[in-house]
Amino acid sequence: MMGSANSGDLSSEMEVDAFRRLFPLRFHERHLLESIRPDARMLGKARDTTLALGAVASADGSALAKIGCTTMLAAIKMEVMTPTAESPDMGCIAIDFHMPPICSPTVRPGRPAEAAPVVSKQLSDTILSSGMINLKDLSLVRGKASWMAYLDIYCLDADGALFDAALLSAVAAFSNLQIPIVALNDDGRVVVVSEENEGGKLKKEPVNKEKRKLKLSSIPFSLTCILHKNYILADPTAEEESIMETLVTVVLNLSGQLVSLYKPGGQFLAYTSAIQDCMALTRQRVKELKKILDEAICDMEMD
Amino acid sequence: MLVQRMEIDRADGRTPNQLRKLACSRNILNRAHGSASWSQGETKVLAAVYGPKAGTKKNENPEKACIEVIWKPKTGQIGKEEKEYEMVLKRTLQNMCLLTVHPNTTTSIIIQVVNDDGALLPCAINAACAALVDAGIPLKHLAVAICCCLAESGRVILDPNKTEEQRLKAFVYLVFPNSIQSVLPEGALQVGGEPYEHGIITSVTHGLMSVDEYFFCLERGRAASAKLSDFLRRSLQLQVPSESSKTG
Repeated sequence: MMGSANSGDLSSEMEVDAFRRLFPLRFHERHLLESIRPDARMLGKARDTTLALGAVASADGSALAKIGCTTMLAAIKMEVMTPTAESPDMGCIAIDFHMPPICSPTVRPGRPAEAAPVVSKQLSDTILSSGMINLKDLSLVRGKASWMAYLDIYCLDADGALFDAALLSAVAAFSNLQIPIVALNDDGRVVVVSEENEGGKLKKEPVNKEKRKLKLSSIPFSLTCILHKNYILADPTAEEESIMETLVTVVLNLSGQLVSLYKPGGQFLAYTSAIQDCMALTRQRVKELKKILDEAICDMEMD
Repeated sequence: MLVQRMEIDRADGRTPNQLRKLACSRNILNRAHGSASWSQGETKVLAAVYGPKAGTKKNENPEKACIEVIWKPKTGQIGKEEKEYEMVLKRTLQNMCLLTVHPNTTTSIIIQVVNDDGALLPCAINAACAALVDAGIPLKHLAVAICCCLAESGRVILDPNKTEEQRLKAFVYLVFPNSIQSVLPEGALQVGGEPYEHGIITSVTHGLMSVDEYFFCLERGRAASAKLSDFLRRSLQLQVPSESSKTG
């Protein structure tokens, strides 16, 4: 496969699998020279992405996102809470990202994964600052009651680009969100009206009859790229991430604004041209992801 | 019109491009192998370096030196935000250090926040950099970190304090390598038409901005990093005599 070109090299005498394990960096660089990656992708190409909405029946909104092998399950539970005095007409979103031991061989039971709190923080920053959700839409009764949305994302398979997959699943879960019907009871408290006895004995007027869906504006989508020398590899796998450590994550929203440009160190420096290339790749990827999300919503409505 | 644009009310009367007062002192802790304190205005961070110690942590590559960052907040337990700072700092320092000189060793950097008044992460990166120099850890280059804050009108102010950071719509933490004084002819260190020190080591953004505004921040950050790297060079050179007596 790769031995024919350079005969003096060890790679000509060794089996490909052994070479891959012993000299991972050279193995990958050899591929990059030919502008291809070990999984037969072009450098700027992301893996196949699928999205399934409503994966968790007991949640108010949920989605399962897969980018290649990386799998994320996101679910939202809504609860009524009393808003704080500073923001009486706003709801709240609590985001948590979990990496259970099943997701990767490097995560051990009992010891939390190092990446989990970092991705979790990045997700809440991105979702709250992107302007996707107007927190005022989560208000029920000013100063008395508003929604608390608990968004939990579980990583089922960690094969690189965790943040991209987590953000996609979070966005999809919000677009799948069906806000429960609530009504004021006799004590003046807001209670959830369960679906079963809706027609029968409950004659109270629901508070939020017409507000069952959240309005999502300027949805954010992201793309992670590896910078390695002059190469830019979009949507890396876990193997690529462990060998080439310079990562750049660009988050753009649908109105073309930059939500986040995240480059936490790494061996290589990012010059203006590389940043611009990453942004161009992300713009393309945003269009792809938007189409995938729209299709998933369409499929859901058909059922 | 242009004058109007540049005028920004800052509570402390600084101009948009003006940094707060910088101070750096090294070799302040007795037991640590290297230490430094760095302050920008009211923000102050203490960094201590221990190592290189034998062995690497689990799941780390033993063919390279391992860098460990421990973040100690001013009060309370560390949370998600501090974990993120640790990760960003670790990867930033990995970029600066020559990791192949001492393979299979661990170098610990302990960051103690003394006071947080905005631009905390950049301040910690600058402190860690000075502490690594003090400990004599082999480095490829030094790094300078800067915080750029973006106002609603698209104006950029440098090195914001806490209230400015919270009030304005977005901010960017940027880390650049410091400018190199080299015997090579000018332009030899250019990478793709840009000077070496214009490459971004680390970029962390908060809040919405347009792509053009980001590049504007980048430009202003690069200009400020030249000033910072001059300050760093000066403050490191000042203490050289005592350094040589200590190691020699």
